[in-house]
Amino acid sequence: MVARQHVKTADERSTGRLYKELALGFFRVGIFGFGGGPSSIPLVHTEAVKKYKWMTDDEFGDILALANTMPGPIATKMAGYIGYRVAGMLGLLIALVVNVVPTVIAVILLLNLLAAYKDLPVVNNMASAVIPVVTVMLGVLAWDFVKKSGDSIGWAKAIFAIVIAYVAMYVLNIHPAFVILAVFALIFSPLLTKRRKRL
Amino acid sequence: MIYWELFLAFLIPGILGYGGGPAAIPLVQVEVVDRYGWMTNPEFSEMVAAANALPGPIATKMAGFVGYDQAGVLGAIVALFASVGPSLLMMIVLLNILWRYKDSPYVKNLTKWVRPVIAVLLVVLTFQFFFDSYEMNGAWITVFLVIGAYILLERVKLHPAVVILLALGFGAVTTYI
Repeated sequence: MVARQHVKTADERSTGRLYKELALGFFRVGIFGFGGGPSSIPLVHTEAVKKYKWMTDDEFGDILALANTMPGPIATKMAGYIGYRVAGMLGLLIALVVNVVPTVIAVILLLNLLAAYKDLPVVNNMASAVIPVVTVMLGVLAWDFVKKSGDSIGWAKAIFAIVIAYVAMYVLNIHPAFVILAVFALIFSPLLTKRRKRL
Repeated sequence: MIYWELFLAFLIPGILGYGGGPAAIPLVQVEVVDRYGWMTNPEFSEMVAAANALPGPIATKMAGFVGYDQAGVLGAIVALFASVGPSLLMMIVLLNILWRYKDSPYVKNLTKWVRPVIAVLLVVLTFQFFFDSYEMNGAWITVFLVIGAYILLERVKLHPAVVILLALGFGAVTTYI
């Protein structure tokens, strides 16, 4: 009897490739995201939109908006959701584990074995030198969002929306989650009144 | 039971921690130091300092460390799941609903009008990081590194990971000059 060779279908092959991409992409996001979760936003953007093209800029913006309205750590919400979107439950697990586990192990090691190292000036200097790099990445991504706002709804409306959003969040100190929820409510309100009329 | 306590201790900051991982730090402190007494305050700040010096999301580093410290690998897994799972689940459900209606004009409008809000958040975050760097590195090094990073990222088009490694190297080398 001839052993039947298992030929991978195109689908299986591409799922395998997606798992590998997710693993590599979110591993990089995890180990290079110095300065906590928010600093990894531009890194996620680089991997998900620019490098692997799992999604468009628009989808990335939607995911970022929703991740901001949900409580909990932002980096893991993005890793988990993008993993899920790209390759299902296994994709979610892979993206989450490679994103979180290496740095958790590092912190356990650092505190248990190498407790002396964290006060070394060299460690502090290395961590500080990364902050300006994160500044640039965030700045570029921020400008991207400003420009796309102008391109899609017109500059007059975009500047108006930006000013309103800024005043709401940083002058009136309304939590970003509520501002985003207000945008949701405004956009979907015509739908509700229409349904009410029909009834 | 320690696993149940770990689960609760990290579930609450995970659900109430609006504003990403860093917002959860004081909430974790309430649970870990005040409620369960797993750590003293100095131990807690030592952990936060070490967690800040390392890359990756801060909330999960704290959950993983405290979980492991109290109850080994299984403890770490329980604490990590509690801090990540619930909000991730909510997000998947909501985004799946949006995704189903992605061609509706309402959802398209939503994408357009949410963008300026995100733009503001990112701009403000950028300034926060800029001033953090100013405090940590001083004005000259900040300006030098910002310009250098901009050229390498946007003109030379290096992968961010490479630029971060260069910055780490810069920080290490300048310590000894």
